[in-house]
Amino acid sequence: MMARPLFRFTFWKLVFLFLMAGGVYATFIRFTQGLGASTNLNDQFPWGIWISFDVLCGVMLAAGGFTLTAAVHILNVKRLHSIIRPTILTAFLGYILVCAALMYDLGKPYNIWHPLIMRNPHSVMFEVAYCVMLYTTVLALEFSPIVLERFNLQKPLKVVRAILIPLVICGVILSTLHQSSLGTLYLIVPEKLHPFWYSPLLPAFFFLSAIAVGLAMTIFESSLSSKHFGLQLELPVLQELGRVLVVVLGVYGILRFEDLANRGALKLAFHAGYETYLFWLEILLAIILPLVLLMQRRVRSSANGLYISAVLVVLGFITNRMNVSITGFEGSTGVRYFPKWSELAVTGMIIGVGFAAFGLAVKYLPIFPKQELAVEKASESSGVAVGAVMEHAGD
Amino acid sequence: MSKALLYDATQCIGCKQCEQACATQNNLGYDDGIAAEEYQSAHKLTAVLTRGDKFMRRLCMNCQDPSCASVCPVGALKKTAMGPVTYDASKCMGCRYCMVACPFSVPKYEWGKLFPKVQKCVMCPDRVAQGKPTACAEACPTGATKFGERDELIAEARQRIRDNPGTYVDHIYGLEEVGGTSVFLLSSVPFESFGYRTDIAKDPLPMLTYRVLSHIPDFVPLGGMLLGGVWWITHRREEVAEAEAREASEKKNGGKR
Repeated sequence: MMARPLFRFTFWKLVFLFLMAGGVYATFIRFTQGLGASTNLNDQFPWGIWISFDVLCGVMLAAGGFTLTAAVHILNVKRLHSIIRPTILTAFLGYILVCAALMYDLGKPYNIWHPLIMRNPHSVMFEVAYCVMLYTTVLALEFSPIVLERFNLQKPLKVVRAILIPLVICGVILSTLHQSSLGTLYLIVPEKLHPFWYSPLLPAFFFLSAIAVGLAMTIFESSLSSKHFGLQLELPVLQELGRVLVVVLGVYGILRFEDLANRGALKLAFHAGYETYLFWLEILLAIILPLVLLMQRRVRSSANGLYISAVLVVLGFITNRMNVSITGFEGSTGVRYFPKWSELAVTGMIIGVGFAAFGLAVKYLPIFPKQELAVEKASESSGVAVGAVMEHAGD
Repeated sequence: MSKALLYDATQCIGCKQCEQACATQNNLGYDDGIAAEEYQSAHKLTAVLTRGDKFMRRLCMNCQDPSCASVCPVGALKKTAMGPVTYDASKCMGCRYCMVACPFSVPKYEWGKLFPKVQKCVMCPDRVAQGKPTACAEACPTGATKFGERDELIAEARQRIRDNPGTYVDHIYGLEEVGGTSVFLLSSVPFESFGYRTDIAKDPLPMLTYRVLSHIPDFVPLGGMLLGGVWWITHRREEVAEAEAREASEKKNGGKR
């Protein structure tokens, strides 16, 4: 019994230390020698993995925050209340990490505040900058009761609770705007982006897939948390999310293929080629497999079935974001892009920090309901599982 | 009023004096090695391409409705009334959206520098403001690159195609591309052979994003109202149920009081 957690402790701690070491070294190179030395970016390929994964995927993976707050506070779905705190935590951490990643990617990160005073309302990037900034603030406020409760600060707690509903509404609107706007970013490159991915509906696709991923991430992190913190799994709640996920994926899939057919791009999907393979990989992972799985009651009612489906959806839409921002450009630029080790190292470090921060937050803050925390405390007292918990909590 | 450049490849002798003048004007180094580079970069804002005895220039098209200026979140890139699309490095935060968005892939980046700038031909805005031609046009010994009033240059380009049947490809590159540019190209061989895309949209690209963005001011109050309304309805039901339960229990207890 003791041997396994002990092994885990060492393994995940090693992984974490490895990621941190690589990340710190890459950070050093980035901020002493510049983007050229630390990335494989060039004039043909100005946006790489720090935009594709850290920003586009990062924002998408944090979409559970607005999806779930809308369901609980606006639609009044009470059953979901028990998983709202970990979801807000994930979203809040996610957005902080997105901002951190931007500091690496921006050529002149010390000018990151410029959009505050130098406004160009015609720029999608300007809108995204504002929304992300405001939404991170909203998330901080939505997250604040957890901290305030921990330190028993009743007065500010009262204030935050009083403005909770307007906050949630702001959060949902801001998320709708910038989740879709990350797709709008690419509307201006009709000649450069491959027809599999360029579509006038990009904003709608990005928004719908953000909802799907928000749901999938909630299932994913609830499953992981239940495993590693020894919590009771809220299976009926997750089944509910699974059902909604089927609908969202179905709508997304139909829209996607209607759009491909209408633009005459569908026939391209049957010509062998680099883009075609990655297109089908994305469709298979994000739409077909999870739909096939989740439409079966047997899968939906099993914790593992839900977990696997959620992981597929997340991987599928990560593939989608990478395709839109990298694969789709390789044809028109005539250049293949693969990230340099230092780009991967920074991304790895950011993921590692996310997992660790989640673990620490769960340990020190009232993230999960009290009776469940008791179980966690028990395992903590053994003093061994904590490390595993720290590094392996669902981000 | 608005100025432009007309480059006639049939008059070009490939001497690359425009490259040299451009480098000097923009305080960039220039030597034989750089002269041999046939592409634009952060240290070479215009390039003369050679294919046998044919030549072609590449430079920023200084579009009438530029994608780069439209996408720049801080307004570092701007279309001026005189024609040049200028760049203010002190505003730039280095997001490089301009490089992604440019239909001609013109803006280049100083990848090797710790505090990098975007680099592109900005059509010598200071010279143009003083009424002088751009450095490249001034340096051109044959008049292949000509600086002048935009309208007049368009008329002249049309005239040249009309007067010399069979000499030119019947296409003034830059006249219709993305809604028109401030640089016009004439060539005797297809533009594609020099890497110019001829499948580029005839309408300005910034409309593609602005069409979506312009709905935001309408969406925000509508979305807020809608969400607030849904909240009101979903929670009202609960309040009613609570109130009814309270009333029912009061009634039950009422008689005993």
